[in-house]
Amino acid sequence: MKHIISLLMENEAGGLSRVAGLFSARGYNIESLTVAATEDATMSRMTIVTSGSDEVIEQIIKQLNKLIDVIKVLDLNDGKYIERELMLVKVKSTAAYREEMKRMCDIFRGRIIDVADGSFTIELTGSGTKLDAFIESLDKTAILETVRTGASGIGRGDRILKI
Amino acid sequence: MDSQAKKTAITGAEIVIRCLNEEKVKFVFGYPGGAVLHIYDEIFKQNGFKHILVRHEQAAVHAADAYSRATGEVGVALVTSGPGATNAVTGIATAYMDSIPIVVISGQVPVPAIGMDAFQEVDMVGVTRPCVKHNFLVKDVKDIAATIKKAFYIAATGRPGPVVVDIPKDITAHLAEYIYSKTVEMRSYNPVLKGHSGQIKKAIKLLLEAKRPMIYTGGGLVLGNGTEELIKLARTLNYPVTNTLMGLGGYPATDKQFVGMLGMHGTYEANMAMQNCDVLIAVGARFDDRVIGNPTHFLSQKRTIIHIDVDPSSISKRVKVDVPIVGHVKSVLVEMNEVLAQENTKNDISKWWKQIDEWRTVKSLVYKNSDTVIKPQYVIEKLWEVTKGDAYVTSDVGQHQMWAAQYYKFDKPRRWINSGGLGTMGVGLPYAMGCQFAHKNAQVACVTGEGSIQMNIQELSTCAQYGLPIKVVLLNNRYLGMVRQWQEFFYENRYSESYMDSLPDFVKLAESYGHVGMQITKPSDVEGALKEAFAKKDKFVFMDFITDQDENVFPMIANGKGLSEMIMGKDNKHREELE
Repeated sequence: MKHIISLLMENEAGGLSRVAGLFSARGYNIESLTVAATEDATMSRMTIVTSGSDEVIEQIIKQLNKLIDVIKVLDLNDGKYIERELMLVKVKSTAAYREEMKRMCDIFRGRIIDVADGSFTIELTGSGTKLDAFIESLDKTAILETVRTGASGIGRGDRILKI
Repeated sequence: MDSQAKKTAITGAEIVIRCLNEEKVKFVFGYPGGAVLHIYDEIFKQNGFKHILVRHEQAAVHAADAYSRATGEVGVALVTSGPGATNAVTGIATAYMDSIPIVVISGQVPVPAIGMDAFQEVDMVGVTRPCVKHNFLVKDVKDIAATIKKAFYIAATGRPGPVVVDIPKDITAHLAEYIYSKTVEMRSYNPVLKGHSGQIKKAIKLLLEAKRPMIYTGGGLVLGNGTEELIKLARTLNYPVTNTLMGLGGYPATDKQFVGMLGMHGTYEANMAMQNCDVLIAVGARFDDRVIGNPTHFLSQKRTIIHIDVDPSSISKRVKVDVPIVGHVKSVLVEMNEVLAQENTKNDISKWWKQIDEWRTVKSLVYKNSDTVIKPQYVIEKLWEVTKGDAYVTSDVGQHQMWAAQYYKFDKPRRWINSGGLGTMGVGLPYAMGCQFAHKNAQVACVTGEGSIQMNIQELSTCAQYGLPIKVVLLNNRYLGMVRQWQEFFYENRYSESYMDSLPDFVKLAESYGHVGMQITKPSDVEGALKEAFAKKDKFVFMDFITDQDENVFPMIANGKGLSEMIMGKDNKHREELE
């Protein structure tokens, strides 16, 4: 099953490689990983999307907690949470595609953020599945380039990951 | 830096030395080189600790590791950048797998040269990341003291392990004021000490209701200094105890409640009791593949498992556990004994003991002695007798290691020093060095094979330089014995590259370093040779025992098999009925 794990760690050089190294060394799967400093610049917050059996997820959480630089780990799937990912898609905007691209962009509540000769760049935010659905809905021949940030997650209401 | 601070500022190198002295380090095992020259210059000027010059960086780390195993203190090694650092990696990984607290200080190229493919540059933090508890690259002289303090703290607390501190050369020349804090506080690292009281009560209740209880202890019990408390618990309950390879000495081997080591080469009674018990308490042990064999086979028998471990990630990793207790093993055992003392119930398990005694009659460690060829098991039995069971015994890796574990009866913790997790050939001699430095007047024996000893044979020179009276017990069968054994069992006797040809004359080799060398070829000479060697209290003696080439380690559980599926030795009269 897919899990979204959030963690806070010391914002020190090499932190990312410790987490990434742990996943590769123990054969865990990473679907995406995002990281940036928090409002407190001494800490980074990471969102890891992974999958595995309950036993594997339990081990992943324990192993992450074992890393000396990791301050707190939260499996967002243990409660209610919100997941968002940003995607930029460059599509063809030549006559044959233009109207269709604008329409799809509207349906998915995306925004066209760059218009060039023959192409649009669409910005779209949502859960991973929504972004997948958008890609699925587009005419494949229209897609020039896509880039996704990987998911960021946050607990709903008073589920707060803070020290 | 204000003018007052400027006056009291010292170099990074001197800070390193002061920190080590502050940590009351007695020995630093190391090897100099370019990137650590400033540090070595400060070593020359100090007399707080003794620096031990090894002949290869791997041995420095192994010796520091053994020093820690034999004393419980943090071991320290110092190496230069590049090849010095990479040579240390095997030692670091060995300590990591067995959770041994050591601090390894490595030199690094100057900060501006990092990433420039400089001479003797290697990304030590990157290289060691998967095999350390933690590592640091110090990029500011002001951080040296705080980092070293943290390194010692992290190495020794929680589940112990190696910590690497990588220090660029220019940083050791920069100046800073020396401030060493007495305590460490880290918001990201707070190991749990005390076990959960509710879980502890539950565990005692389960233990008292058990019909077929079993106590299984590992390296964690020894490292956590919980032996005394465990003995108290086991004796009060009168339950059988087994130790893992790493846990030997955790419970006295000569005690009647001890059923021997368990696992791939464990005794029949230990493995059968482990498989057939109904309540199992694991103490600082991790159900690893060499211990329980096939986990599916192990779980085919229902039992309730209580697991005490300081590392939550060791719990329910290979085997699902019913009552996890996360905490420092000693503190948990103290509390267990307190709870137990308030209980009035005595649990009579005489039926279970009867069953175990029946298993004991299989005599799974029996071997047929010979008067023409030296049996390796016999050498270990005699070693135990001659040293009165009171030696520090180090071993390398292979058949000799298993024989030492099976036939030397360890009654005390921290006496059996071997590489259990990583299985590093070549540790034996440097391990013996670490033990002998730790315990100057103790008997230290290095049980080894002719394959393993040659992996760090250069340390004969270190032993000569420091006059270490180590006794090497070489079980020389002219084969990489354990490889040969597997080839015999699983590869139809195709002994691919497992025969050792062109061996040196070990007697002459030892003598060339100024040591005493002996070769023993007759069984009748074994005891005399050992007595003579151990009587030379201030001499390093290298005993080359020419042993039976065909001897194998039994019992044995083949890969993928379960605990009760043991193969007995050819001299065991129950061999066929048990198959």
